[in-house]
Amino acid sequence: MRFRHHGAAAPLFDRLSLSLSGGEFAGIIGPNGSGKTTLLRVLSGVVSPEAGDIRLGGRPLRSIPPRERARLVAVVFQETQVLFNFSVLEIALMGRAPHLGPWGLERPEDFDAARAALRDMDLADQEDKHLQELSSGERQRALLARALAQEPRILLMDEPTAFLDLKHRLQIYEILARLHRDRGLTVVATSHDLNLAARYGSRLVLMHGGRVAADGPPAAVLTAGLIREVYETETRVERDAATGLPFVVPIAPVR
Amino acid sequence: MPPLTARRLALSVGLLAAALLLGIAVCASIGSSHYTLLDLLRTIPDREIAQATVLRVRLPRILMAALAGAALGASGAAFQAVLRNPLADPYILGVSGGAALGAFLATALGLEALLPALPVREAAAFLGAAATVGILFLLSSARGRLVSYPMLLIGVIMNTVYLALILLIETVVEFSRLHGVRLWMIGNIPIEGYDLIGALSFVLLAGVAGLTLLGRDLNLMSAGDEAARSLGVTVERTRVVTVLLASLITALMVSVAGPIGFVGLIVPHAARLMFGPDHRLLVPAAALIGACFLIAADTAARTMMAPTELPVGVITALLGGPFFLWLYRRQGGGGYFE
Repeated sequence: MRFRHHGAAAPLFDRLSLSLSGGEFAGIIGPNGSGKTTLLRVLSGVVSPEAGDIRLGGRPLRSIPPRERARLVAVVFQETQVLFNFSVLEIALMGRAPHLGPWGLERPEDFDAARAALRDMDLADQEDKHLQELSSGERQRALLARALAQEPRILLMDEPTAFLDLKHRLQIYEILARLHRDRGLTVVATSHDLNLAARYGSRLVLMHGGRVAADGPPAAVLTAGLIREVYETETRVERDAATGLPFVVPIAPVR
Repeated sequence: MPPLTARRLALSVGLLAAALLLGIAVCASIGSSHYTLLDLLRTIPDREIAQATVLRVRLPRILMAALAGAALGASGAAFQAVLRNPLADPYILGVSGGAALGAFLATALGLEALLPALPVREAAAFLGAAATVGILFLLSSARGRLVSYPMLLIGVIMNTVYLALILLIETVVEFSRLHGVRLWMIGNIPIEGYDLIGALSFVLLAGVAGLTLLGRDLNLMSAGDEAARSLGVTVERTRVVTVLLASLITALMVSVAGPIGFVGLIVPHAARLMFGPDHRLLVPAAALIGACFLIAADTAARTMMAPTELPVGVITALLGGPFFLWLYRRQGGGGYFE
């Protein structure tokens, strides 16, 4: 697949090839500008590659009607600004849109699904608040609730925990892990937090300059050598005694 | 504001429609002569004069004001959503300005005098508005997609150019020749025949119904194009259809009633503060509130200093501005525009 930003001379992705399996929990990591966010946008179908295509279960993504695609794939972008004072419940209900007829109002079961998603996100008692009244962490969780209310098979997330405190960071990943385990939800999340990505992702994809620099289980991807090359940072990679997973301790940027 | 249900939608629209009917009845009973709607039911000596005053002078003008107000309110709400900008309205986008330039050009070129039997000014105003929408589309599309941000800027620039051209025409053309179009420009609601009012009502209802049906897409687009696309909205199609429908009803009403400012901007905000941001209710609510607001403003314009008539635009700005600021403060101000 090849993708070029509008007006850019060189494509960001050229002959990028990546295959994700259903039921996977994949973390996409890499430094700023490596193409993580753009990869998510292309995977979600909101932008199309210039050459090649994205296939979802063997079907080209662009041949799937938008509403059907929205029932299969949900995506939460970073820093979504919502204009006008919609309430938290109204935001969650928006996730039901692809399940309704083209013109219909939300049915009782849609309210149930939206409220269940808000409960998962610890926002049940905030449903009447406006999005503008929430903290940035709560706002992020409200947008995640919208994606959960969509009841997708695949959930794509751009930095889902960027603005969150320690508790909600873990809480979001715990919820994702539970949905992954119980409902077989495929989760693909970009992250700057290598340790969180390693702890929850069964597979890490390390992006570097629009290419896949490494792809595999956390222990194979998170090595001091690869991190030095891609992140230009000296690190010490230890093994967490409790989980047996790699644990990255940053030391200093490489000059 | 609780989320939208069929019950709340029906109740809110029913309430507003009842308010509009009441407003029409009350305003039809107010005027420089003392006749009221009730005089039509009674047997009074000057029944025929009462009938002519109420049914052939006041009512057509009230209905025309209601149509123009509804078009401006609904299209303002749609423009604000589709351009993701709370300051968007048909006036700022240059649609009204284009209509004004068209009307002035037709008069200055003497087309009105040439074809007195035809609605030349109205046709020219409509063409001016339609041409403006065409230019907006051409200049603000990139790679076949309509981009919302430059639209407002282009609208502002075109408005400035239109105003300059109108001033130029005013300077060059003999003063007396422009009297009619100047009256139209001020926004004096004209007394039209019921045929025209019927035809305009039909287009307006279709336009508002279309925009209401696009309401859920407009809700989703409030979170941005990509978020809307990820929820299954065909964003480009929704944007094009919305702009076309909103422009069509605005251009039609402005071409008849004149470019009336302020209604398209403040009515959607007032509707949003009263009924919440869901466009499936907001669009019809803004249409009905706009209709109520403009008939009230027009009634004030023709009675306050009778027999002198004030331009309705003066009333809409003087009533609308403070009312909006009050509503805005009452709702806690600030956060609303963030």
